[in-house]
Formats: sequence, C-alpha cells, structure tokens
Amino acid sequence: MPATETAISATDILEQRSRRDARHERLFRWLLKGCALLVLASLLGAAGATLWGGRDAFSAFGWHFLVSSEWDPGNEVYGALVPVYGTVVTSFIALLIAVPISFGIAVYLSEVAPTWLRTPIASAIELLAGIPSIIYGMWGLFVFAPFFADHIKPWLTSNLGNKPDDGKLSWVAEHVPFVGKLFGSDYPFGASILVAGIVLAIMVIPFISSVMREVFQTVPTRLKESAYALGSSTWEVSWDIVLPYTRSAVIGGIFLGLGRALGETMAVTFVLGNAMHLSASLLDPGASIASTIANQFSEAVGLQKSALMALAFLLFVVTFIVLLIARLMLRRLASKEGR
Amino acid sequence: MLTINKTPLRFAAVAALAVASTFGAAAHATDITGAGSSFVYPVMSKWSAAYAEKTGNHLNYQSVGSGAGIAQIKEGTIDFGASDAPMKTEDLQKYGLGQFPLVVGGIVPVVNISGVKPGQIKLDGTTLADIFLGKITNWNDPKIAALNAGLSLPAGKITVVHRSDGSGTSFNFTNYLSKVSPEWASKVKFGTAVEWPTGVGGKGNEGVSQYVRQIKGSIGYVEYAYAVKNKISWVDLKNSTGNVVSPNAASFAAAAATADWASAKDFNLIMTNAPGEQAWPIAATVWMIMYKHPKNATNTKVAFDFFKSALEHGQQAASELDYVPLPASLVSQIEAYWASEFKH
Repeated sequence: MPATETAISATDILEQRSRRDARHERLFRWLLKGCALLVLASLLGAAGATLWGGRDAFSAFGWHFLVSSEWDPGNEVYGALVPVYGTVVTSFIALLIAVPISFGIAVYLSEVAPTWLRTPIASAIELLAGIPSIIYGMWGLFVFAPFFADHIKPWLTSNLGNKPDDGKLSWVAEHVPFVGKLFGSDYPFGASILVAGIVLAIMVIPFISSVMREVFQTVPTRLKESAYALGSSTWEVSWDIVLPYTRSAVIGGIFLGLGRALGETMAVTFVLGNAMHLSASLLDPGASIASTIANQFSEAVGLQKSALMALAFLLFVVTFIVLLIARLMLRRLASKEGR
Repeated sequence: MLTINKTPLRFAAVAALAVASTFGAAAHATDITGAGSSFVYPVMSKWSAAYAEKTGNHLNYQSVGSGAGIAQIKEGTIDFGASDAPMKTEDLQKYGLGQFPLVVGGIVPVVNISGVKPGQIKLDGTTLADIFLGKITNWNDPKIAALNAGLSLPAGKITVVHRSDGSGTSFNFTNYLSKVSPEWASKVKFGTAVEWPTGVGGKGNEGVSQYVRQIKGSIGYVEYAYAVKNKISWVDLKNSTGNVVSPNAASFAAAAATADWASAKDFNLIMTNAPGEQAWPIAATVWMIMYKHPKNATNTKVAFDFFKSALEHGQQAASELDYVPLPASLVSQIEAYWASEFKH
C-alpha cells in the first residue's frame, strides 16, 4: 500500500509540475505577446492620432496637400511638398555620406585595427551616438554653417553651379545635366539642404557604424581565414565574405540610421534655413517635416495645427514607404543569392 | 521668445531668495498658475520671485506659447493665460473671459552691413515691407538711399532673415508691415507665422540674431533686448507721423501711451504704427486673459494682487530686462476695467 501511494503521489507531483509549467509557459507567452502588441498599439495609436488630428487639413486640401508647395498660414493654404522633399533629400544625402564612412569605420575596427585600439574607438563611437541632437545643431549653426559658407560653398557654386559669382559657367555646369541646378545658389549663407544632410550624416554615422561593427564580428573566423588562405586581400574578404554574410543586419543598421535622419528635429531646424520654398538647389535653404512641426506647433491654431498633424502623419507614411523599399531591395538581393 | 542671460551669481541670489521665502512663509501660501506667451517669461519670473519674497504666494508661469496659453485658459486648467495677440471681444464673451495688457516691449529691424553702426541707417514702413517682400533686393536701391542722405551704402544683395517658429515677435512685425504696405496686407497678411516671400528662417530671437551676424547684407527683426545684447546694428524707423525715431524705452512708452486704448473694447488693439510723434512703430504688448467669474476665487484674487503689484511696482524689474512698464494712464484704465468686468 505505502509503495503504491508513493507512486501515485509521485505522478501527482509530476503532473502538477507539468501543469504548472504549462501555466507558466502560457503566462510567459501572453507576456511576450503583450510586449510585441504594445509596440504595434503605440504605432497604430500614434499614426491614428496624427491622421485624426490632420483630418481637417486632408479634407480641406485633399490630394492637393501632397503636391502643393505652398505653406501660407496668412491665407490658410497648406501643402506638404516642401517639407516632404526636404526630409527625403536631407536624409538621402546623409546616407550617401554616412554609409561608406560607416563601412570604412566598421571594417577598420573589425579587420584592420590593432586589438588594443578597437575598444577605445568603439567606445568613442558609442559616446558620439549619445550626444544630444541640439549640440549637433548648435555646432552646425555656429561653426559648420559659417565655415561652409566661407570656404566650401563658393567653390561649389563657381565650379559646379549654374549661377557662379563671376558669371562664367564651368564645364561641369554646362555639360552635365542637373548638376548646375543642384549647386546654383543666390544665397550668401551656409544653412541649406546640403549642410543639413552633412550634419545628419555625422549624427547617424555612430549608429550605422556601431551596428556594422557588431555584426561584422559575428562572421565565423573560418570563413574569413579560408578566404585569406586562398589569397584574398583584406578588401576582398570585407566585400566578398563579410558583407554578404551580414547583409541583412547591415541594411537593418542603415535603416536605423535612416530612421533617425528622417525624424531628426532640432539639429535640422538649426541648419536647414527653414524657408518654405521649393528649390532644386542643394545650397538653398529648405524645410523638413520635423523642423516645420517643431517651429510652428506651439503657436499654431485651427487649420494650421491640423496641417501640422497631417504633416506628422505624412512622416509615418514616408518612413513606411522607405522601409518597404528596403524590404523589397533585400528580397531582390536574396533571390539573386548563389548565382 | 526672450531669454535673458542673467549672470549666474544674480540668478543664484534670486533662487536663494525664492527658496528662503518658500521656507519662511509657506504657511498660507497660494500657488497660482499661468501659461502662454514666451515674450513675458523673463519679466514674469522676475516679478514672481519678488512677489513670492513679499507675500509668500508663488506664481508658476509656463512659457508654452500663446496658442497653448489660450487653449489652457479656455479649459480652465490655469488661473490666467498670456497671449501675444489679443482675443476678439466676441470670443472673450463666448468663454466669459476678459483681457488686459501687462507690459510693453519693442521689436527692432536689425542689419549687418559693413560700416553701418546701430541707428545709422533709417528706413520707413513701405521700404521695410518692400525689402521683406523681396522687391528691394540691393542695399544701393534708390529708395533706401533717399531715406539715408549722407550715408553711403555699399552695393550688396539683401538677405532677409525671419523667424522660422511661430512667435509674437513675427505677429507684431507682420502686423506693422500689413498696416504700412497694402501689398503686404493683401498677399502675406499677418500672424505668428506667415509665408515669407523671401529669405531664411532662424529659430527664436537667438536664431535670427545669429543669422544676421553671420550673413553680410542681411536684415532681420528681433526683440530690442537681443539687438542690444548682441550688438547688432538696429534700424531707425520713420513712424506714422513722419518722424524718424530710435528704438528705446522712451519711444516704446510713447507708443503705449498714444495708442488709442480708450476706444478699444477689451483692450483689443495692436499697438504697431502708433500715432504718437515720438512713438516707435513696432512696439508690442502681451495680454493677460482671465475668467470674469473665476472658478477658483482665492487664486484669482492672488493673481490680481500679483498683476497690481507688477503694474504699480514692477517698473524697475521690467526696465532692467529692457521691457517698458505701461504708462500710468493705461494702468488706471486697466484697473477700472478690472473693477467693472471681473467679479472677485
């Protein structure tokens, strides 16, 4: 009797334990689901709230809101083209500069640099990532923009632009389409789309390069060593082994940086020039979605406030479209793999 | 809008006094809250520190912008709102609110032309409007030369610098341009933010003064204190009577004194282009907005007491920060308005 009793109680205990485990497992799963849903809920909530806040502007201007370059609070006419253009172009310039430099930093740190140097530089990069954006904005306004206006801009306008100071068009401006327009400017100051792009690049380099460095370190040593053994140079190993192995993570890192560039507010507000005019030139002042909202929201009422909310919603849309393009690019790259 | 760099020492002294008075007279202190215009923030903090020291009652003023200040007083979450633009009488009646001005400040055009010192260059309203409309684009324009006999202005492109953020400074500046230029009034209109026909936008008074100092041949507009502090050349203006006046406390006060307050119901009057002979044409004030039948009678009583002491004894603090106290005639009108309109 006692023997069977013990056996029963043993199975009981086992059963109890497995029930308890199952319960905990369920609880854990719900918890995880809750965490993930929270992100989704806050995203939908924010997008929904901005869409709701912008409903007056959308219904007043319809599709015109997206294609109109007018932003005229005096006459209550609003269009999003200038800020959307400014947001996309500054972010694009930022990536154009930041991605190659970040790649260089990451390859140097993971492949080339002596071991004792790697940790200090890596920590320096992480420190850079922690600098508040207002500091970059102040630096841009007080230091970089005047420097740019005095030393870089004159060279650009006279050698590449269509409105050079001496009136003589350079060869490039005359023969290469668009370049003349991109670098022509009447304004004698630094704050411009190009300067905002450069400042943004400096701000996103730490993000992109530290992600790249982390993932480059995950590449199995035997892959790299095999390539070296076959006579590959460091460049070939980085480009043909390390980068393909880590491609999706690298693109993820780039998009982290892009996300910051698209939404960056304070730094851009300081160096973008805040002019609501559409200009093909990268050397003219412009506006971005985030800077327009930061500039005007506190004093905006009525339709203007609604138009600013609508702009915020457009920022969601722009970010979403950009991410979508990234996904499609990744998929295309993946389908080409192995050929 | 206006931030003043107090020396750390003085700031510490004020803070220490405020803390000391907190401990000294905390027993029956009433805390009142106000929110709105950033234009009055510096003088508000100075007044409230002095007031707390005297009475133990604290004022918590949030400089959140005029729009937000009006929204909050409508919701009744604060004891008073402060706005750079007056509310219309019908809106005031709709919400049971009253409003009155509190302090005066001046807005000055500033330029960066090599060799031109503060007050050396003179402009009139239409010329100023034409520059900001992008119609006058060079400093050697005959219209500018005609106003500045004896001053040789170099040929140079004019770059307009305006505020990029919505602000009371822009509100008063564009209001002035609307009054003096029919073209500005019909094309651009006036407001805390407008569609600027030309130029570059700086954030805040700081941003504008920084751009003006950086860009050769630029013209912008800032609060007077900024021009003085940053040593930027300001422009003398021809006022509505044809006199050329310099921006200073006397000309701001002249604008406040000669503006036709008596016939403006609820002080709904923007005092740009004031009629006085010595009046500075771009003087600005800020309106306090309160409920006529307050929900919280104690707080409102304290708020009125605070305003009374600010209007009657706050002149010193105001002029230290380059604001101008309201003229006595206007103060008595305001006190009459309090007595007739507010129940407290």
